[in-house]
Amino acid sequence: MEKIHTHTGVGVPLRRSNVDTDQIIPAVYLKRVTRTGFEDALFAAWRGDPSFVLNQEAYSTGSVLVAGPDFGTGSSREHAVWALKDYGFRVVLSSRFADIFRGNSGKQGLVTGIVSPEDIEILWKILETKPGTEVTVDLEAKTATADDVTVPFQIDDYTRWRLMEGLDDIGLTLQQEEKITAFEETRASWRPKTLPARHLPSVEIEAARPV
Amino acid sequence: MAGTLAEKVWEAHLVRRGEGGSPDLLYIDLHLVHEVTSPQAFEGLRLAGRQVRRPDLTIATEDHNTPTLDIDRPIADVTSRTQIETLRANAREFGVRLHSLGDADQGIVHQVGPQLGLTMPGLTVVCGDSHTSTHGAFGALAFGIGTSEVEHVLATQTLPLAPFKTMAITVNGTLPAGTTSKDIILAIIAKIGTGGGQGYVLEYRGEAIRALSMEARMTICNMSIEAGARAGMIAPDETTFEYLKGRPHAPEGEDWDAAIEYWKTLRTDDDAEFDAEVVLEAADLEPFVTWGTNPGQGLPLSASVPVPADIADEGDRETAAKALEYMGLVPGTPLRDIPVDTVFIGSCTNGRIEDLRSVAKVIKGRKKAGSVRVLVVPSSARVRLQAEAEGLDVIFKEFGAEWRNAGCSMCLGMNPDQLAPGERSASTSNRNFEGRQGKGGRTHLVSPLVAAATAIRGTLSSVADLDLPHEIDITTFDGTPLDGVGASPLGESVVDLPIPVAIGSAPGGSAGQPALR
Repeated sequence: MEKIHTHTGVGVPLRRSNVDTDQIIPAVYLKRVTRTGFEDALFAAWRGDPSFVLNQEAYSTGSVLVAGPDFGTGSSREHAVWALKDYGFRVVLSSRFADIFRGNSGKQGLVTGIVSPEDIEILWKILETKPGTEVTVDLEAKTATADDVTVPFQIDDYTRWRLMEGLDDIGLTLQQEEKITAFEETRASWRPKTLPARHLPSVEIEAARPV
Repeated sequence: MAGTLAEKVWEAHLVRRGEGGSPDLLYIDLHLVHEVTSPQAFEGLRLAGRQVRRPDLTIATEDHNTPTLDIDRPIADVTSRTQIETLRANAREFGVRLHSLGDADQGIVHQVGPQLGLTMPGLTVVCGDSHTSTHGAFGALAFGIGTSEVEHVLATQTLPLAPFKTMAITVNGTLPAGTTSKDIILAIIAKIGTGGGQGYVLEYRGEAIRALSMEARMTICNMSIEAGARAGMIAPDETTFEYLKGRPHAPEGEDWDAAIEYWKTLRTDDDAEFDAEVVLEAADLEPFVTWGTNPGQGLPLSASVPVPADIADEGDRETAAKALEYMGLVPGTPLRDIPVDTVFIGSCTNGRIEDLRSVAKVIKGRKKAGSVRVLVVPSSARVRLQAEAEGLDVIFKEFGAEWRNAGCSMCLGMNPDQLAPGERSASTSNRNFEGRQGKGGRTHLVSPLVAAATAIRGTLSSVADLDLPHEIDITTFDGTPLDGVGASPLGESVVDLPIPVAIGSAPGGSAGQPALR
């Protein structure tokens, strides 16, 4: 995961609340086998609408999403985070996030900052008045700056530290590799191993046919 | 310090205790993989240049998408085929053992682990599938995980986990005839609700649980997730050891002795405390069926479809009304009067050999109700072989049922086995969500015995509704190993198990087992 201390990019005002993960990415896109390439699936149901914010030239390269409350509710699908990242978003600011979505975001290096509803309104006004305005998000200072306005955001210390160190969960766990290896050395010999494979004699399985 | 079973297993896998708000890091003994939730995890490894840390603690099988007909022909559905081909390529690239469609060890992942003897007491078991809780029947701590976590386990063989709470579910007494472990778990979910287990590891205990076979215990633990629980467990005992002994990956010699010695310590201490307790009397139970669109919406078969207007809680009332509308049911209708179009016998909940035997005992010599489609899908290819060795397939076919190849099948309808819109099923599976078995499909969750009786009568029924000869004991099951058929060896170290003889014709080895007639 890339280290993030600050990020500057075009801010996108999404004036909607309760954006659930089905709206972020509809179920039809879940059958894919890749983790990347979901950019076209992001907000798929809304993208057909020319007035939708991402369809406007000034916002189309956005990387900081400023959304209404209760962002990311519903299904636990991690694809929602993948779709946002694949589109180019690095930060989502909202006054309230669903727990699972926030957890998934932290695992994938998407910053989720909690901003007060009043400050969200201020950011929306700036971004709507001057489309294409860049927002600078500073994880160190826990602030977001647009134009001459700087607002604070909240993020839990553990997640913030991981994002700033560029540590995904796996990277973090691998810092404990010595401990994992030491644990493995104490593993009792009765505990199972799948290899070498042991099984009953192989038998040909007759294919059932339609009746 | 006194501890519960779950706490003991947790402590034994602690690689590092979390400090300052960070979670505990737990070692994972066994990682089960299937085609649907693994592709992005393997891709994540590839993108990060990582390897599978312990291919020797990982095993994959194809189950969710696989067809149950024409398995020797190319899979028609492109998406399914892609997911399966992707799993095969990933298994090759990362050196993961895979049991593919057509292989005798292929089957639903939660059947494959136990039948190979890989699932054992005291393990941590994970899989990118919520029904991983099945393996808790052995006294393992087993739970479903998301795709990022699948990748995490592949890369590190560990998981960072937040602590859980413990709930004791005690089932006292003896089950009445015609009721099964499926009825126990449906009654539990109806009692505590689909969110009642949230944040908890459930431990099932009490006389009625102790009396159950391993397979029946798996049914109960399997559906722990339907109560919202993180996992469900049953302390290991002689039944567990007996099931495991001689299976391909079961410990041998000194390892077996050491294992047994340790496994016997895997029980909740008498002075340990649970965070919550629930008690049920087995004698009060009847065959249970669901009437709604979540597994908590269940009632005894003798009851009637609930009347929403009679429900006091406004939220419950609305939920019930919405469920009944989807299910196309009239409030007040006796559940026994509900006709079904399809009976599905299978899934990781009730697709094991004992389930098939119990159904066969009920339907032997009869014909299915005319218009009902009956689908019998064994949970694994080995279970299918075993059933065929016992002649069960003939009984099913003579009954008018379709005898299929192994897989998840109509439980979730990712393959062609689906309900048509408006079609109604009695299903031995685990979820009756809207559209679960096919868009617009209506599901009633039932036990294998209820499924069998329903297939005969055409309406939701229990075996009490049939004029069965009373010498048939349908509540006891053969305890001999499930598998053990076949000839030519494959792989490096094949272990021989005694070939079990068909039930009913054995002079020994199946004492007390009534003959099929």
